[in-house]
Amino acid sequence: MTRKPFILRNPSVLVVLAALAVFTAAVTLLSQAYGTGAIPTSMVKVLGKTLCLALAAVAMDLVWGYLGILSLGQMAFFALGGYMIGQWLMYARTETIVAASLANNPIPPTAQELQEAVANQIFGVVGSSDLPLVWSFAHSLTAQLVLVVAVPGLLALVFGWLAFRSRVNGVYLSILTQAMTLALALWLFQNDSGFRGNNGLSGLQNIPGLEGVSQASLSVWFLWASAAALAAFYVLAAWLVSGKCGSVIRAIRDDETRVRFLGYPVEGFKLVVFTLAAMITAVAGALYYPQAGIINPAELMPIASIYLAVWVAIGGRGRLYGAMIGAIVVSLLSSWFTGGRAPDLHLPGYVVSWVDWWQVALGLGFVLVTLFAPKGIAGVFDRLAGWRPPARHGRDLGPDQGSLKEQEARA
Amino acid sequence: MTRPRALPRLLLACLLALILTVPAPPAAANPALEAVLAENLDQIERPSRRTVEPLVAEIAATGPEGLALLRAWAGRSLGLTDDGRLLIVTAEGMADAATGQPVTGADPAMLRPNSGVRGVIESALVAGAIADPDPRRRAAALDSIARSASAAHLEALRNAPEETLPALAARRERLEKLLVIQFDDDPAARVAAIQDLAGDVGLDFRAALNPLLATRRIAVPTEPDGQPQGANIARELRIGSEDFPREAAVALMTSEGLLEPRLTPAQQRTTLAAHIVDGRVGGVPVAELSDPEARDRAYEALEAAGAVPPAATEAEVEAALAATRFLDVYAEADSSVTDAARAAQTRAQVRLAAMKGIDLGLDALSLASIYFLAAIGLAVTFGVMRVINMAHGEFIMMGAYTGYVAQTMIADRTLSLVVALPLAFAVTFAAGIVLYRLVIRHLAHRPLETLLATFGVSIALQQLAKNIFGTQARPLTAPGWLEGAITVNDVISISTIRVAIFVLALLFLGLFLFIMKRTRLGLEVRAVTQNPGMAASMGINPDRIAMMTFGLGSGIAGIAGVAIGLFAQVTSELGQQYIVQSFMTVVVGGVGNIWGTLAGATLIGGLSKVIESFNPANTLAAQTFMILFIVIFIQFRPRGIIPTRGRAAEA
Repeated sequence: MTRKPFILRNPSVLVVLAALAVFTAAVTLLSQAYGTGAIPTSMVKVLGKTLCLALAAVAMDLVWGYLGILSLGQMAFFALGGYMIGQWLMYARTETIVAASLANNPIPPTAQELQEAVANQIFGVVGSSDLPLVWSFAHSLTAQLVLVVAVPGLLALVFGWLAFRSRVNGVYLSILTQAMTLALALWLFQNDSGFRGNNGLSGLQNIPGLEGVSQASLSVWFLWASAAALAAFYVLAAWLVSGKCGSVIRAIRDDETRVRFLGYPVEGFKLVVFTLAAMITAVAGALYYPQAGIINPAELMPIASIYLAVWVAIGGRGRLYGAMIGAIVVSLLSSWFTGGRAPDLHLPGYVVSWVDWWQVALGLGFVLVTLFAPKGIAGVFDRLAGWRPPARHGRDLGPDQGSLKEQEARA
Repeated sequence: MTRPRALPRLLLACLLALILTVPAPPAAANPALEAVLAENLDQIERPSRRTVEPLVAEIAATGPEGLALLRAWAGRSLGLTDDGRLLIVTAEGMADAATGQPVTGADPAMLRPNSGVRGVIESALVAGAIADPDPRRRAAALDSIARSASAAHLEALRNAPEETLPALAARRERLEKLLVIQFDDDPAARVAAIQDLAGDVGLDFRAALNPLLATRRIAVPTEPDGQPQGANIARELRIGSEDFPREAAVALMTSEGLLEPRLTPAQQRTTLAAHIVDGRVGGVPVAELSDPEARDRAYEALEAAGAVPPAATEAEVEAALAATRFLDVYAEADSSVTDAARAAQTRAQVRLAAMKGIDLGLDALSLASIYFLAAIGLAVTFGVMRVINMAHGEFIMMGAYTGYVAQTMIADRTLSLVVALPLAFAVTFAAGIVLYRLVIRHLAHRPLETLLATFGVSIALQQLAKNIFGTQARPLTAPGWLEGAITVNDVISISTIRVAIFVLALLFLGLFLFIMKRTRLGLEVRAVTQNPGMAASMGINPDRIAMMTFGLGSGIAGIAGVAIGLFAQVTSELGQQYIVQSFMTVVVGGVGNIWGTLAGATLIGGLSKVIESFNPANTLAAQTFMILFIVIFIQFRPRGIIPTRGRAAEA
């Protein structure tokens, strides 16, 4: 018996990839660098960042929608990824600048002098001039790229191992993940943590070695990279949750104890998916922060992770495209409404300014979605699919042979 | 025994003094003063810092009129008329300094003594004030001496007449000892004074000891005799030890001129840059100087050419260090005094550590009661319904804002607080019931969905509060009787508000136990917690019980909000600051058990304060370690300190 190819079994993947390609091409053709210029560079950046958030949402959906772990610390991995790439961006750029200024000295600088000057430049703001140990690899892009996935992956592995082996689950686990991200945020807030305290890392939009490339072009490049990463990881996630592995993962969500009694290593499955999701989120973060330009510990506060959960819930849990749609729609709407560009709503006797009332509407809308549409926006697609009559072929096999028809039974 | 008698007497004395001083008594004629003034008029007009002291003492000795004159003189309100009379000029008018008679129509030239002279006068005034009949003046004089003591004050204290009020006498005796420690010439007297006060933890005593024990670091040659003359050595330093690294030794010797300065990389670079000739330094091309070795070669070449002074080499430094002893020496020369001071300081430090421990315990207790108050409502709902209410923090905030609104309506602080507590309970109770009816009831048995839905409520409520009350912090002022602190001594003190919160927490513990163990509602709650199905078949309505429990938990959050608002700023983010800690308290303590919540709050409160005490400046690190500890703690006791046992645990 031959199985249908993966893509045909999951037509939604194809639709998503096609939509993503069309979207990327359209934005490119309307951008300032490569097209008509209808979309300003800042908007291209917003769209690129939104794609990164969508990728984080896909990872969140893996963990929550499929595995059933409501992780309230997912954005910690996102921000860690950003910090790791930010270290290289900041170090390399500062090194270029410092080297240029030291070149004016009569005596060329030694390697150590150069490093000291760079450290002084970066950490002067927190009253330090030594390069902390965690910056040991900051000079190397390769090393930092490895760390982008290694550090969050390791954190997720250790945390997950500790939590899953002691059978912490449900609400407890959610609170614990929240505590983890809070602890990390508080640690990063300290000036002597080695990550510049609440100043965070800044100037990340300037890519070392690409000084000649305009921000207009860079923003499109990052949009491409974000779209490519989203496409690749979407396919990976879809592949992971289809087939037998996916069945086990969903079974763990629905009844962990039964899966364990059936002999599956529940902890192993959980650990793999949790760690993988953390790494995907970290990649998303590493693509996000060069577009945002700045990262600080406030990005790790538990509230950010809860918003991620909100997006996934509104988009629709347990549907990868649902998570994507949720993240894109809600984050774009949020930035539109809170950006002050949304027109005020004139009610008799009161003017609703959306800057003030968007959060209230979002909160209440979220409650309504949880109550009345647990499947979120993705539920709409399920309804649509139900409208089309099922495509069935061949004759009935007869009353004794079950409900399959001729060709279906053969397949 | 002395206190009960002393207090009324002091009060009486103060009262008398008050009555006597309100109408300024006209100074009676004072012939002695007149005589002194007549003799020294020119010196009063042009006083000199060096010679004025005997004159001031003479004037002060003439009695209250003399002191009044001195006060006026120091205060620049003493005037000299052309016919040689001294007038005290006040806002009300002028009076003759010697006779006290009011004077009109005179146009005196005001005397403006310089600050040195004023210092002499004031010091004499203080000495005079110690002997003043008015106890308040005497007390003020003691305060003044304690603030800025000098050797002259010690003399004044010794010569002052016997103090009659026991409270003042005790203060004076203590002050005199402190002055003896600082200024007396006789080492034996100083040692005796130090030993008398040893074990005292007062700030003033410790401040008096500190200059005695101040050390300075010196380097002396080991040879010829090795003993610096007359130095009172505190200790000898070993090079390379923890607090005296080799670099410090080199720096010390360099600064004392015993060693040529080592060549720092920065100096080397500057020197090399100054000797660039045709793109080469000492024969080494400039482009190669990014290598430290090349720099050394270039410098040596310059040295060999005699162009630069030789820098101290490693071997020279080594030899110099070997031939030198490094000592900490006391500024105080007498070793018996420093020994006594050190012993006293050690005793003070031991007692201080013990008291700091007690103070820390009090702090921890108050923090624990805050966490307990914040978490108890959460524990109720989580324990009974297995529902995490993310909006719990916003209920706390709601309670705090209720308190604020009550305070804007009712001016009287105490009354508004009395009104605010039940009002906050009512408001948040109602909010909790509404939340339960509209949201939570429909999400029964879906705890994660409940968590998210209540989170939606939480962000909506937070923004709503921002829209209504604005983003700036609103004050919730405590009534007067709650302000201030209960101070035991310089170390142990706790603000009254925290004591009140502790009492409130105890009250709630009692109330909660009463409701759970002694009322119908409590019985039904316990029944539903243990087995909802069985409870329902016994005629209990689980839905109603859950609703009441949720309302109760929310109401307690409201009262906690008023309590927290009294010492924290009331903002829309108030709840956020406590919500994670509250979760931790519940989870660490164990779900569904009030004693568990109490244990969790005590553990978390105590631990945060202890961690904080290691590094008081860095509260962020303390919080980080705290959370890490909890994460690890959960590994070993996943169900909390006091886990629920039996069938209820499986539910």
